[in-house]
Amino acid sequence: MGAPIEFEIRRRTLVASSAAVAIGAATGQRSGAQSRAALTPSGAEDSTITLTVNGVEQELTIDNRTTLLDLLRENLKLTGTKKGCDHGQCGACTCTVNGQRVNSCLSLAVMHDGDEIQSIEGVGTPDDLDPMQAAFVANDGFQCGYCTPGQIMSARSVLDEIRAGIPSHVTDDLNAQIEVTDDEIRERMSGNICRCGAYSNILAAITKVAEEQA
Amino acid sequence: MEFNEPAGENVFDHSKVVGRPTPRVDGPLKVSGRAPYAYERHDVAEGQLVGYPVVSTIAQGRITNMETEAALNAPGVVAIVTTLETGEMPIPSDMNVAPLFGGAEVAHYHQAIGVVVADTLEQARAAAALIKVDYDVTKGSYDLEAAWQEKREDRSDPVSRVGDFEAAFEAAEVTLDQEYRTPSQSHAMMEPHASIAAWKDGKLTVWTSNQMIEWTRQALATTLEMDPEDVRIDSPFIGGGFGSKLFLRADSVLAALGARKAGRPVKVMLPRPMVMNNTTHRASTIQRIRIGAQQDGKITAIAHEAISHTFPGGDGENAISQTQKFYAGENRLIVKHLAEMHLPEANAMRAPGEAAGLMALEIAMDEMAEKLGMDPAEFRAINDTQVDPEDPDKPFSERHFVECLNRGSEAFGWGDRNATPGQRRDGNWLIGHGMAGAYRGSPAQDSGARVRLQPDGRLIVETDMTDIGTGSYTIIAQTAAETMGLPLDMVEVRLGDSDFPVSAGSGGQWGAASSTAGTYAACLALRSEIAKKIGVNDTDSLTFKNAGVRTGEKQMTLASIASEGEIVAEYTMEFSDSRDEEIVSTFAAHFVEVGVHVATGEIRLRRMLAACDAGRILNPITARSQVIGGMVMGVGAAMMEDLAIDEGRGFFVTHDLANYEVPVHMDIPDQEVIFLDTLDPQSSPLKAKGVGELGLCGVAAAVANAVYNATGVRVRDYPVTLDKYLDQLPAV
Repeated sequence: MGAPIEFEIRRRTLVASSAAVAIGAATGQRSGAQSRAALTPSGAEDSTITLTVNGVEQELTIDNRTTLLDLLRENLKLTGTKKGCDHGQCGACTCTVNGQRVNSCLSLAVMHDGDEIQSIEGVGTPDDLDPMQAAFVANDGFQCGYCTPGQIMSARSVLDEIRAGIPSHVTDDLNAQIEVTDDEIRERMSGNICRCGAYSNILAAITKVAEEQA
Repeated sequence: MEFNEPAGENVFDHSKVVGRPTPRVDGPLKVSGRAPYAYERHDVAEGQLVGYPVVSTIAQGRITNMETEAALNAPGVVAIVTTLETGEMPIPSDMNVAPLFGGAEVAHYHQAIGVVVADTLEQARAAAALIKVDYDVTKGSYDLEAAWQEKREDRSDPVSRVGDFEAAFEAAEVTLDQEYRTPSQSHAMMEPHASIAAWKDGKLTVWTSNQMIEWTRQALATTLEMDPEDVRIDSPFIGGGFGSKLFLRADSVLAALGARKAGRPVKVMLPRPMVMNNTTHRASTIQRIRIGAQQDGKITAIAHEAISHTFPGGDGENAISQTQKFYAGENRLIVKHLAEMHLPEANAMRAPGEAAGLMALEIAMDEMAEKLGMDPAEFRAINDTQVDPEDPDKPFSERHFVECLNRGSEAFGWGDRNATPGQRRDGNWLIGHGMAGAYRGSPAQDSGARVRLQPDGRLIVETDMTDIGTGSYTIIAQTAAETMGLPLDMVEVRLGDSDFPVSAGSGGQWGAASSTAGTYAACLALRSEIAKKIGVNDTDSLTFKNAGVRTGEKQMTLASIASEGEIVAEYTMEFSDSRDEEIVSTFAAHFVEVGVHVATGEIRLRRMLAACDAGRILNPITARSQVIGGMVMGVGAAMMEDLAIDEGRGFFVTHDLANYEVPVHMDIPDQEVIFLDTLDPQSSPLKAKGVGELGLCGVAAAVANAVYNATGVRVRDYPVTLDKYLDQLPAV
């Protein structure tokens, strides 16, 4: 498991979470001159960034509109990180940036110059699974498997966050050490939707790993 | 091979692999992010371009112009295909009614009307936004309530009538007459519809996400007016379906047309906000249920009349279906109405018919039990039937519903509940208990497979069966391992490719029973091939065990028999009409405990239990996951899921995962599942039935009944949300 997480809100994190890329779904009856002008960029359309993905440094020239999710899936062909909604509604795209979990669909890749990214591919391989991955298999913490990498990335971070003393909505005592309870796990995992409904089994998997690490 | 009589004793009655808790064989690929889903297959075709769909922003009318020049000139754009240039295309199949693409007519909101193909997603999306579309709008009606008021008393064309319902209802000692409402629902599977299409020498390959490979191969050929032999579909991993991926959808058509025009492979994923209006959904219903009973609880009269919306020519939601079979009662009336409207196409969603129908019927049963002063589980048991209530000469093959009620009640502690609503408190929470019965048919479909014994003794199973999270990979591997006497890790299962033998596919909870039967048939054929190879006439004299075969004193490994080259056998299990001489169905009882906050009215589930009668359980791990997953979807149906209709403009307003709410981790409490593990020889050679849809059936009503028990407020209009009961809660 990774190092404890700094409990601070970085300015960059705030910007990232408010910069939802809600371009495009509208092909409305009125695409007037105003919106057309807005679609013509005033500066460079591409940027070159360097970032570390699963321990490997990568230099990439990318379209400024590319999300971190599409950088992983399309540019680097690391397709373990899933696109479920592309709008921060489902959690399937969860990966970590500098140790913290993010919805990678809500973050533009150009904002991650110099960052360290971990995706599911960096956690374990089919022949050498990480304990959380193995626990998901043992407890059948998935069905279709599409939300699964995001669930696992979140699950690993949830245990880190509890250990780091970061409170959640269901934490009763903000001064006491936070216990790894069913409700703490459920609350913190609630940004990761599983439509197959494997929640009970995911809880069992996370609990098993938490007990092993205790 | 034909399944034309009840299964006798066979290898599965002495099983070592089938029926044992077996972790998913595809698990390590999925948890490590290595399982390739449709849109991710960078390796299958060189030079893939990205297509971004253009969709209509009106529900009904005609496109008068599409201005594409700005988009064509936008950076990175390679090609644009519009619905106007393509012209009308055939409806994909007789199971569909709405067009997917082509022509000037707009039949529903977010119908695909174009695709922009560019080097990257960012370019294609930006260019798509530059296309200007002009419409002539046709004003439609989208008011189900109005349609219901018009048709409510029309009983001129009932689905069925038995005895004299009206007279029996009139004469009954205790009666109930209520209306219930269920909203439209969306499958909302996690993986949006996606396809990569590539053309080569006039042949088309589509790598997609689809439950029914052969249906889709045929449908794509029909739509594109091609020979089906020139179409290949490949779908090894599917990020959920629930019925949404039963059919060919627009992503495949757009990818195919885009690739043809661009001259390069094209991939298309439906953006999430387009999924719910572009594809299919479960239609909303209004249901009237009347039940008459004697004071002793015996139902004498039952009527279920329902209306749902449907795209013109479609079937809507068949909410009355379970009421034809589930409970006894000599006088019966079943009426189904359809209100045709130009909403997107209503079609199958998990447990089509029963899921919505039981949401109503199982509240009605709860209300009726209360009127009778009876335990609702006992009321259901009294009205159990072992024969078709509409045709008493036709028996159920195996029906252990009463055992579900009894086992479930006991395990849940149902007897300890307080039957008087609003009487139990835990701190600031009103505690309520509810239960419901569940019924879902268990059909079977012909299913084929090919098995290939390798020189090293491994076995490869190939079938166009799909695994949509159901566990097909694992139960097929178990079936083959069992039949051939191999350890599980010597069996490799390959699915979802139309080059493989045609299978049942995944739908209607027929997949497990059918596809394992097909695998069994192919393995029996392979046994015969092996017998021939070693010069034995009587295949039955062979024993397949420990990766080898024994005949008399002679024993040899399967690897040695195939050492000169693989041995291949292919077979299809066909299910004859004789299976339908009895009703093959599945049953369950659901029990739920809720807390409702005394002041805020917030509902929290506290625990859930299901007792299921669904034939032989092939793999208790994956079967249990199917059931708990169904229960989660039932919680969604009870408490939050609602494809809200804009009745002015004719579309689903709540068309993404922020507005169409589905259960999250925090919504789901401890869940327990009991399987009776009853064998059903009438159903399949493995004596197995389906379980994937059963888990959803009845759950929502159990939740609604528990909320009633907690609060004394009866909500008959799903979802059970605060706005419908907050003002009626008991005084704090």
